[in-house]
Amino acid sequence: MELRKENRVLKFFFITVSFVFLGVFLILPLIYIVVTALRDGIMGYLTAVSDEYAIKAALLTVQATIWAVIVNTIFGIAAAWLITKYAFKGKKVLSTFIDLPVTVSPIIAGLIYVLTFGRQSDLYPILDSYGIQIIFAVPGIVLATIFVTFPFISRELIPVLTSQGTDEEEAAALMGAKTFTIFRKITFPHIKWALLYGVVLCTARAMGEFGAVSVLSGHLRGKTNTLPLYIELLYQGYDFTGAFAASSILVVLAIVVLILRLVIEKRGQKELDLNK
Amino acid sequence: MNRHKSVIPGFGISMGITITILSIVVLIPLCSLVVFSAKLSFSEFVYTVTRPRILSGYFVSISTAFIASLVNVVMGIILAWILVRYDFKGKRFIDGIIELPFALPTAVAGISLTHLTTTNGWVGQIFYKLFGIQIAYTRIGITVALIFIGIPFVVRSVQPVLEKIDIQYEEAAFILGADAKTTFTKVIFPEILPAIISGFTLAFARCIGEYGSVVFIAGNTPYETEIAPLLIMSELQEYDYSAATSIALVMLGISIVILSINAIVQASVSKRVNGKI
Repeated sequence: MELRKENRVLKFFFITVSFVFLGVFLILPLIYIVVTALRDGIMGYLTAVSDEYAIKAALLTVQATIWAVIVNTIFGIAAAWLITKYAFKGKKVLSTFIDLPVTVSPIIAGLIYVLTFGRQSDLYPILDSYGIQIIFAVPGIVLATIFVTFPFISRELIPVLTSQGTDEEEAAALMGAKTFTIFRKITFPHIKWALLYGVVLCTARAMGEFGAVSVLSGHLRGKTNTLPLYIELLYQGYDFTGAFAASSILVVLAIVVLILRLVIEKRGQKELDLNK
Repeated sequence: MNRHKSVIPGFGISMGITITILSIVVLIPLCSLVVFSAKLSFSEFVYTVTRPRILSGYFVSISTAFIASLVNVVMGIILAWILVRYDFKGKRFIDGIIELPFALPTAVAGISLTHLTTTNGWVGQIFYKLFGIQIAYTRIGITVALIFIGIPFVVRSVQPVLEKIDIQYEEAAFILGADAKTTFTKVIFPEILPAIISGFTLAFARCIGEYGSVVFIAGNTPYETEIAPLLIMSELQEYDYSAATSIALVMLGISIVILSINAIVQASVSKRVNGKI
């Protein structure tokens, strides 16, 4: 009995500590953003978020995010399929390279693109003769965004495909089904929730990327400023209401992402239980 | 034809797509880093990375990341423990909010934490008036930002392991006369230790490279609160690509060491579990 009593004290202590810790580190910053954004009243908020440059920055962020989601979805499906359905040499090396981008500092990610496509690179004259500019322009921002979210989708798909095995696809192949039929009818239904989850994670990270994009952006207002860079600009210009108003858009998106995550996890779990 | 024994079609196309995208996004840029590094002269490299200002940048990055990750180890174990073992109001809320640092853009977190912790911010003024401690624009501020960034790592690696521990082990320990403390240190802790190390190293590696949230709260005073990624950034802004690459190479080396330590620990653990030692 004594043990239980002690546990109850400990339980109360641990739960209190957790609430205080998360309250101070996670909730308070969110509340602060909303309060500061609305400091000048609702009209001030609306003026700040409907600023011409804020909208342009938001559109560029959306553009980069869409590209990252498209490229990483195609890559994620192909790579996950390749890694889980076939045996071949160099699989481990391939997995290492796929996971590499998330372990590298975003600033270093930006740096390697500057070294690849910048003025001192051997590729620069070739690209320049076609009139293609990558760094300090939109393509660089898109590439950086793809890089920092690179393994997000494949990493969600690989465990699901591994646990599913290859029997069903083999049976379909022996009965004469073509590649895309097999994928559409057999593999896709298994991975759809994991894929959606990966897309959500990818979107969240892509719209918020700051370091890598900051290196590659020309910081041109209305041209190569994404929303996080625009926030930095306002902040450094001491326009705190504007900075926090623009931030509040990203806060709302972050909360939507967290809710979607819980919903998708639950739906996917339900379906998994039904299949069993 | 031993290349792929699988009867499933589509090897060629999936390999083609994977290698093409991987090359454009990762391999070619990485090669250009290698090529560019090979052009650096060794003495210039050593001179750059041993400049006092650069060394101090490494020290600030590593020490703050280390302390922040330690805090997250302690809080991560507690959070994982209450989420797995206890039932209480707001449990789902806590489980969901833990991922916030992944979902919230780092720059947004950075400006908000900075404003909260300046000497007249909501939290900062309490610390300043009561203890005379300044948080924003000091190394404490950097640590605070890195704690924010690293919160999900340890929780999410310990939680699934803790869920799988059979309650019978603890019952056995209890029947054999162990108190709660002994049960935790001798039965549970050894089981979750590999997950703790894995969470710690991932958080540590992430924090060393973190830029967005730190750059606002740090104040960026040379020798005091200048982090290594910021030093790379300032070299890049001066178009000194050799110096930027040199600093980056040392940081990549540090990350590789940290991640290798984790890989070695995990490999030795899985060997022991499989009975190979």
